Amino acid sequence: MRSDLANDILQLTREHLVLVGIAMLLAILIGVPVGILLTRHPSARQWTLGLASVMQTVPSLALFGFLIPIPFIGGIGPRTVIVSLVLYALLPILRNTFVGVTSVDPAVCESAIAMGMTDGQLLRQVQLPLAARTILAGIRVATVTTIGTATIAAAIGGGGLGVFIFRGVASVDTTQILAGAIPSAVLALLADWGLGWVERKLSPV
Amino acid sequence: MPLVEFRNVVYEIAGRTILSGVSLSVEAGETLVLLGRSGSGKSTALKLTNGMLFPTSGQVLVGGRSTRDWDPIKLKRGIGYVIQDVGLFPHFTVARNVGLVPRLEGWNDPDVERRVDQLLEIVGMPAADYRARYPRQLSGGQRQRIGVARALAADPALLLFDEPFGALDPVTRLELQQQFQIWQKDFKKTSIFVTHDIREALRLGTHIALLVNGRVEVSTQAAGFSSSASPEARAFLACL
Repeated sequence: MRSDLANDILQLTREHLVLVGIAMLLAILIGVPVGILLTRHPSARQWTLGLASVMQTVPSLALFGFLIPIPFIGGIGPRTVIVSLVLYALLPILRNTFVGVTSVDPAVCESAIAMGMTDGQLLRQVQLPLAARTILAGIRVATVTTIGTATIAAAIGGGGLGVFIFRGVASVDTTQILAGAIPSAVLALLADWGLGWVERKLSPV
Repeated sequence: MPLVEFRNVVYEIAGRTILSGVSLSVEAGETLVLLGRSGSGKSTALKLTNGMLFPTSGQVLVGGRSTRDWDPIKLKRGIGYVIQDVGLFPHFTVARNVGLVPRLEGWNDPDVERRVDQLLEIVGMPAADYRARYPRQLSGGQRQRIGVARALAADPALLLFDEPFGALDPVTRLELQQQFQIWQKDFKKTSIFVTHDIREALRLGTHIALLVNGRVEVSTQAAGFSSSASPEARAFLACL
């Protein structure tokens, strides 16, 4: 019985990590480049960041509900979960990328331009390295929240540690709830600590 | 042919006129000081010279060619630029900062390194001691020397200085001004130097152009400035 529970915890933790891992990878692959694009086309900033903020305010269960009937990205199962996790994770990544790049000391950017750097060189050699910490801070916040939000995945058959929680709530079984909640909290803390460490290591100056 | 020539340059931004009909010329080997109060348009004139800005009307010619006709990257890389806050890259070592333009220009590593050592020597900061440092580990005066070294790196014919010594304490400022005079004598570069400090203007300039509200009020050999009758010139001279 005990070892069954331990096995389940391991199995579901693994599922949880896969959900969060894929979602974060996609969110970074979308959020960072879009954030950079916004710094080049400031006119698009208002509505893009606005849209990302609105996404964050939609309750996650409701978002699942909206996504399920949509073809390709919707349906029951992990795919829908990943799509919605990506949507939630986008805002902090997008915003921190934008803020990180735009808050690089204007004197530094101006002298880079005056030295004859192309826009690409300015971005790669100056702005991104100096914004790295801020961007990573956004990724860190997004990862920690995503680990928590991913527990709701179980509601639509996405698996993960939420399975324990929903099962526990349904059968009023505290052990089950804790079996989901504790590992999820530990994952969040580990992610926070690990990414915080990388962030400090990345300190550009 | 003057190295730099402003022909009736007007620069407007957001409905404000920053320069209204400026004509100037800088011959090779001269140091033109643009003197004026804050907001008189002197920094704008510098940015028009290396193509960071373009005139609303009129023309800025560098080497006889309008800045609009230059390849913007090539124009900037051919002109050294030193600004007040230096704008050294905080995440680059001194060596990487100084070697920036040669590296952008595709020099190979040994050439860049040799050039960096040579420049650090010129600006009085021995390479062995300073190469590997970061800008934050330097004093204001040292950062400014590195800024000059970086501007000289690709051996440009023209140097632009935007109040480079403005933020330094008076003693360090004087040291760097004296150093600047030595560099001028040794390298015979052409410079345009922006300042609001009349002493600095008289000390460093071969020519002085006094800007008032976007116009050239006085343009003269440095030696003739003190006999100018213009009220603004008198106001500056009163600071001496």
